[in-house]
Amino acid sequence: MESLSNRKKEVSNKEMTFLESIYLPAVFSGMSKTLKHAFRKPVTIRYPDEQREFAPVYRGMHVLKRDEQGRENCTACGLCAVACPAEAITMTAAERKKGEEHLYREEKYASSYEINMLRCIFCGLCEEACPKEAVFLTDRIVPTNFERDTFVYGKDKLVEDVDNRVDITKRQNTGKRGNK
Amino acid sequence: MDTALLVEKSILILILFALSLGIAAYQTYFERKVAAWMQDRIGPNNAGPFGLLQPLADGGKLFFKEDFVPANADKFLFMIAPGIAMTVSLLTSVVIPWGPDIVAFGRTISLQVTDINIGILFIMGITSIGVYGIMIGGWASNNKYSLYSAIRASSQMISYELAMGLSVITVVLMGGSLSLREIVEAQHGFNWNIWYQPVGFIVFFVCSVAECNRAPFDMAECESELITGYHTEYGAMKMGFFLFAEYVNLFIASTVISCLYLGGYNFPGMDYFEGNLLSVISILVLFTKIVLVIFTFMWIRWTLPRFRYDQLMGLGWKKLIPIALINMVITAVVIAFTRGWFN
Repeated sequence: MESLSNRKKEVSNKEMTFLESIYLPAVFSGMSKTLKHAFRKPVTIRYPDEQREFAPVYRGMHVLKRDEQGRENCTACGLCAVACPAEAITMTAAERKKGEEHLYREEKYASSYEINMLRCIFCGLCEEACPKEAVFLTDRIVPTNFERDTFVYGKDKLVEDVDNRVDITKRQNTGKRGNK
Repeated sequence: MDTALLVEKSILILILFALSLGIAAYQTYFERKVAAWMQDRIGPNNAGPFGLLQPLADGGKLFFKEDFVPANADKFLFMIAPGIAMTVSLLTSVVIPWGPDIVAFGRTISLQVTDINIGILFIMGITSIGVYGIMIGGWASNNKYSLYSAIRASSQMISYELAMGLSVITVVLMGGSLSLREIVEAQHGFNWNIWYQPVGFIVFFVCSVAECNRAPFDMAECESELITGYHTEYGAMKMGFFLFAEYVNLFIASTVISCLYLGGYNFPGMDYFEGNLLSVISILVLFTKIVLVIFTFMWIRWTLPRFRYDQLMGLGWKKLIPIALINMVITAVVIAFTRGWFN
């Protein structure tokens, strides 16, 4: 049968020819291969000193965006939670009170919004589902921890800081989703 | 005895001692760098500029480790085995001619600790004592893997010494002497033995790799089968001694190859220089050759996988010894003809 990869090789137990049995031609061809590699640019980097650049489409830790006036975009519609294949997102909706207009953009907001980072598969479907441009995946890495419950990220970790906005333009302007 | 001679030889011995250890230390660094280059990596680069202080860091680490002796080990033999390995590997450098004579302080100083007239035999003899270090170390550890490895290593070294000896005989025939100084001087200029003895060179080289217990002949270590073999139970500086002895052996093996086949300190165009300048250039030439041979050893190590034990023995007994024998006979006949011994 034709192999799928087309790289199948039949194993044979035939006697080695004289040239093969003195090993030297094979040794020399191997040595020329390693010598070629010796002059190649290393593929590794000096890690703590240098960090490898992420791909522009990298999908990492989520962010809940605020608008230009610093109001939360999320209206707790729940579409992200519905779209999530890993069922990692959960939220509670609440109604905006008088005097909270500077905090939330619309009348309804998420009083709690949690993403379980151990369940999340970073597929980005929540971002696609969001009609309010509230949730985005960023190039930040979810830090490690020894405790499982610390991986349920609440609004304290997800909502971006008013003075310290998270830049999401790099990923949004790359690939076929670009220039939307 | 002449006091000046004593001083001169002592200084030379001290220099050689320091040089062997220093080169052995930096071989560990070089080996790691070569491995890194061939595997598209960077290699040690954090200790000092370009990682040049790495050997010191490694040595320091070995010194501060616990000096442990297993409960059921033979304590005396366990202690003495690394010492044997180290002493033996340091001994061989005394007969190697490092360069032509130097004239200084009104004396002609020979750059060879002692020119015994059986120099190459001395080297062969001493390196075969080296197997005792491994054998005793493996036996005294009272560990089955160590013992296996010691047995393998010793049988390997004994088998490959035969082919090595046979190819040395051809060199002795070419140079007409067993003294290393005379063998080197017979290769004056570009008249190196490798041009006349390419087969002998390959046999000798392969046997040297086996004698140094390096990949693809590292039957003594076999990380994957024998958990690093005869020094499994060793730690701290005792293991350091074994590793160091191995690298000193590598250095000496490269030197011997350079002397026997690559012309030693001879280089083309050496007749245009004379006096101390010639000596200095010659020493540099010899060390360049040594470094190149060491690089080749490492290059091979990071290219080839290990032989299986039966393949190793088959190669040694069924291939190398017949090749070396035929080579020896042909050389002997040709030399006899050219020197007119049949007339």
